[in-house]
Amino acid sequence: MGFLSGIGRATLVFLAATGRLALFTARALSHCVRPPFYPRLLVQQMREIGYNSLPVVGLTALFTGMVLALQSYTGFARFNASSAIATVVVLSITRELGPVMAGLMVAGRVGAAMAAEIGTMRVTEQVDALSTLSTNPYKYLVAPRILAGTLMLPCLVLVADIIGVFGGYVVSVYRLGFNPTAYLSSTVQYLETIDVVSGLVKAAAFGFIISLMGCYNGYHSKGGAQGVGAATTHAVVSASTMILMINYLLTGLFFS
Amino acid sequence: MSTATPKIELSGVKKAFGAKKVLDGVDLSVAKGESFVIIGGSGTGKSVMLKSILGLLHPDAGTIKVDGEDTTRIGGRARERVMTKFGMLFQGGALFDSLPVWQNVAFGLIQGQGMKRSQARDIAIEKLAAVGLGADVANLSPAELSGGMQKRVGLARAIATTPEIIFFDEPTTGLDPIMADVINDLIVKCVRDLGATALTITHDMASARKISDRIGMLYQGKLIWQGPTSSIDNSGNPYVDQFIHGRAEGPIQMQVKLA
Repeated sequence: MGFLSGIGRATLVFLAATGRLALFTARALSHCVRPPFYPRLLVQQMREIGYNSLPVVGLTALFTGMVLALQSYTGFARFNASSAIATVVVLSITRELGPVMAGLMVAGRVGAAMAAEIGTMRVTEQVDALSTLSTNPYKYLVAPRILAGTLMLPCLVLVADIIGVFGGYVVSVYRLGFNPTAYLSSTVQYLETIDVVSGLVKAAAFGFIISLMGCYNGYHSKGGAQGVGAATTHAVVSASTMILMINYLLTGLFFS
Repeated sequence: MSTATPKIELSGVKKAFGAKKVLDGVDLSVAKGESFVIIGGSGTGKSVMLKSILGLLHPDAGTIKVDGEDTTRIGGRARERVMTKFGMLFQGGALFDSLPVWQNVAFGLIQGQGMKRSQARDIAIEKLAAVGLGADVANLSPAELSGGMQKRVGLARAIATTPEIIFFDEPTTGLDPIMADVINDLIVKCVRDLGATALTITHDMASARKISDRIGMLYQGKLIWQGPTSSIDNSGNPYVDQFIHGRAEGPIQMQVKLA
């Protein structure tokens, strides 16, 4: 019986958490579209999420593109298919690795920071203080972050796509001895608009998830330093796993 | 007591977290311009009561009225309108550490009322002066201030929007006795200058005596005694007597072991 009640309790906890997250999401979205807006905070968050994430996302994309070229060369050379490297690199980067890598890096960088900041504001009663100063915490804290995340991730991924393809180009041309012109022309030859667009749509979804999980976990953190630490962990872990799951779902929708 | 509508009125307010009953039928009425202090031990539901009146927590039962208007279940715009009547000094100050001191004080004016920043800054400096802080602290970050100064900035922020009702959550906790008395004097002065209604929760008896017109004691989720401050020493209530004299022996049994 203890075993069964354990399952029941876990199910109830899971359902309650899902319901809380759904309510939080609905409330946050409704405050994204209703005035008053805080353009100053939105710009600040866009700079934090977009501009300040450029170095880490750029480096990740560069090395991902480089390793893709190297790996596919060693693999494809066995089948005399090394001419397909350019296509493999550009399709992998724009469809999959650009958005997923950028999403995971930003989840670690920005999602954690959001959860820690809002969590600390929660446990030091700053969130309550906002309410007493006639300022809705959803509007002031959550809405700018969710909007900024959803808007900036596609921009980051576009940059990551370019840098990633460049990484593959550098390795192919300078290390593997490909002809630069031939490499570039086969890069664009099989690339279609949907490849890039699907990656950008994914990026927007990931940006939304990262901000949502950062804000949600921070907003509901309790119990001082330990609670904030747990909120930060949850924010990153849940955002990362959801990114990978949603990535599969969206890929299925786009390319089925 | 006048027959006018009470500024704040609670009747039968109940709130439980899981199986733990924190508020178990609180009845309270605070008249306009009155300073009411609620005393009680740690964990007796003082903060929960304050947050219920502010609408940060929702009671399970009972009604809360502000100026005769039932605010128990209102939300959205209506809640924001009622919130403009309130100011609150938080226990830990709850200053926004991402903003300089003057923006903290002016927050309710800029964000809540949409006032111009330059004008709000002038008012912020004026309010800082009212709590004995010079214009030189205006550009500091809250983290650079001492505990006593943070409390004063918190007080300046609470009074900046000239609220009709001010809540004080343990205003003297964590301060040395002299700074505590300074804060008490400031509270009395600010409340008098604004003509505001004040509701304070504390377990500091010196503070309670100094700033209150009336005192009530919260114990096990109920207001077990209330009366004018002058009558606190002969309340005839053994619980109150034990509390104000700080005796370990008496009807109140402290839970030393965790339940």
